Amino acid sequence: MMISRKAACTALGLAATLMLASCQGRRNVQEHLAPPFPGRLSAWRLFTGRPAELHPNAGVVPYDLNTPLFSDYADKFRFVWMPPGTFAAYRPDDVFDFPIGTILSKTFAFRTEPNGHERLIETRLLVHTRSGWVGLPYVWNRDQTEATLDVAADPVPVRFVDAADHEHSTNYIIPNSNQCKECHALHKVMGPLGPKARNLNKSFAYSTGSSNELVHWAAAGYLKGSPDPATAPRAAVWNDPSTGPLDSRARVYLDVNCGSCHRPGGAAATSALYLDLANNSDENLGVCKTPVAAGHASGNLLFDIVPGRPEESILVRRMESTAPKVMMPEIARTLPHEEGIELVSAWIASLQGACTAARP
Amino acid sequence: MKRVKNRGCSARRRSLSSPSALAIVVLILLGSTACGNHAGGFDFSSMFRRHKTSAGDSEFTKHLQERLILAAPGSVIDLPEGRFHVDRVLSLTVDNVTLRGKGMDKTVLSFKGQTSGSAGLLVTANGFTAEDIGFEDMAGDGVKVNGATDVTFRRVRAEWTAGPKSGNGGYGLYPVQCQNVLIEDSVVKGAADAGIYVGQSRQIVVRRNRVEQNVAGIEIENSQHADVYENTATGNTGGILVFNIPDLPVKDGRYARVFQNQIYANNADNFGSAASMVSKVPPGTGLMVMATKQIEVFGNTIKDNRTGNLMLVSFYATEVAIHDAAYDPYESGIYVHDNQMSGGGTDPGTLKVKALALALGRPLPDVLYDGVVDPKMKDASGNLAGDDRICIQNNGSATFLNFDATGNYRHPDRSLASHACSFAPLEAVNLPQTGPAQASGASASANGNE
Repeated sequence: MMISRKAACTALGLAATLMLASCQGRRNVQEHLAPPFPGRLSAWRLFTGRPAELHPNAGVVPYDLNTPLFSDYADKFRFVWMPPGTFAAYRPDDVFDFPIGTILSKTFAFRTEPNGHERLIETRLLVHTRSGWVGLPYVWNRDQTEATLDVAADPVPVRFVDAADHEHSTNYIIPNSNQCKECHALHKVMGPLGPKARNLNKSFAYSTGSSNELVHWAAAGYLKGSPDPATAPRAAVWNDPSTGPLDSRARVYLDVNCGSCHRPGGAAATSALYLDLANNSDENLGVCKTPVAAGHASGNLLFDIVPGRPEESILVRRMESTAPKVMMPEIARTLPHEEGIELVSAWIASLQGACTAARP
Repeated sequence: MKRVKNRGCSARRRSLSSPSALAIVVLILLGSTACGNHAGGFDFSSMFRRHKTSAGDSEFTKHLQERLILAAPGSVIDLPEGRFHVDRVLSLTVDNVTLRGKGMDKTVLSFKGQTSGSAGLLVTANGFTAEDIGFEDMAGDGVKVNGATDVTFRRVRAEWTAGPKSGNGGYGLYPVQCQNVLIEDSVVKGAADAGIYVGQSRQIVVRRNRVEQNVAGIEIENSQHADVYENTATGNTGGILVFNIPDLPVKDGRYARVFQNQIYANNADNFGSAASMVSKVPPGTGLMVMATKQIEVFGNTIKDNRTGNLMLVSFYATEVAIHDAAYDPYESGIYVHDNQMSGGGTDPGTLKVKALALALGRPLPDVLYDGVVDPKMKDASGNLAGDDRICIQNNGSATFLNFDATGNYRHPDRSLASHACSFAPLEAVNLPQTGPAQASGASASANGNE
């Protein structure tokens, strides 16, 4: 790479400035507990070095989840940071009780070719402010040098390869900051979804070596009250049969991809279709349940789930669709998740029973 | 507003490829005047906006969405006159915001070709008001308001402009799980489910609206305390429906007054989806009251609905299996009085009712009652008693039929003798937006807005 003398000098000068700043403690992650929030992602100082490499700053811990939300095959890079001296309180089933000041960062990226670089598209921050959790969407520039706050970003055309090196192209939709709330709000109160014990009870390859995430968070002082991982809940990995039977993997897939809205208190609670893991009613799970407001999205099918018959189940039809009013989830994807559809179809095919339409 | 005007000017420079190129060229010649000032007294920018390119559409959508996100609580978002293309769902989560145009036919958000989202506008904030604005050709529902208190639609139009088509969105104006809902002087056309749909809500006034060419014109579903009055419902499959259905988190629909409405010639084919509840509504239905309780129907003019002017039925009429153990499929406590009905039942719209008409002759009577009674509510003689009765009186020349669904249609009964009773009037709904509901005093009727 060619660097001009002038640019090099500037860079050196900048580095010197940063080192000085570091000595003064000014390179640490910056808290913003109330609006206005920074217009640029770099102002949070979550990352150091070249922006696109997402090299975590001190105290910023990477993590991932046993079964993630499908987002058009995007690769996701998640990080957590909490103010020094603070920690999250462990909860067995729900999202941990995070302290004020917590920052959860999730970057969405696509590989443009096999073994190629990741092109960063957006970084969503979920910040625990004094007045609750706030979702902030930052959109990366073409040069991958900065991401800018854009509360209602335009779609981004992308061409990429997925984990299996299949090529895709789509007009990737960056959810606007209202749409954060559609999934993240429970009884209208915004909160995180991913960092639950069952999702984090897994191994992660840290730069210092592999470790269980619950153990690592505890060792880092970010989690108090967590039990031995062997006794903590652990979600199946949706596409890894060694982690659980078909039923467990399908239910956790539905929980993550549908259950944020389709749960009591969620955005789709009006339908009484509850796809979260906590639901244990077959009727609310959709088995032989007639849709409420699906209209033609039901494609003239009669029930959400017909046991043994995925092809007659509205749930599968809506996972397969990419038409705006038919597709589920409504946001967070523009492409069908073929592998997820396969999983849920296999699960429905395995269910016993039949739906009747006779009068009592 | 200022920003919109500025964009109108910048959009002009991209408009040469639009179909009205000649008009645009002329306007470009005048461009400096149009953009620089409006001293000429004519706002050219609104004309430019009508010829926006797709880049302009996206820009408009983005800026409107930003205004909705960044709106201060209590603020008014004014939209200028013009026709604006919106390519994705809009949403609002800020309380007490008013979205206001210059008229339901003057400020129009067109969602034709919408690429994402299952509604035109999705509101999850309290105190929302939409007024003097039109929404057209949404991919899914029109305006959905979910879980809010104090919702007002005033002089709003939601329309699928290609007419009744099965691919149209389901609901036009769609408050669900809301409290204090006012929908007035509005127009909805072409909804593939219900034009005005209020579900799982409490304290509702739906008045002086016009609903046409929907599967259901107005539907009040699983809701309590609704006043539906002075509306005009015509050309729908079913004019007005008051339903209580299973499988919803909020059940027990009751307390509705349906009065002084014009419900005529709702004879359109049913273009609802097979799985939808409204697909069970026979074409030619005026007013249908199903599986609800404490309903008062009075002062309506219901005519020329070819299956039946007024149907009073249990949920069993749908022949949909009930899996919901907490659901009550029966109706009771219905009071129908002082309505005018005529010209109905001439050409029943579904096989079952056709068969009934064959047996009884046409036209079928004005009021069709299925006679299905909750076994737990029956008195010694097998009838409903006290406040649970079905009372029908003083309806002029309206004719009646209990078609005996319980007895497999074997003993149809045209006599109103066992329904000659009355109840004390239900209380009017009192909304913070309106004060006590008035039975009369309609002013700016939507009927005059055509």
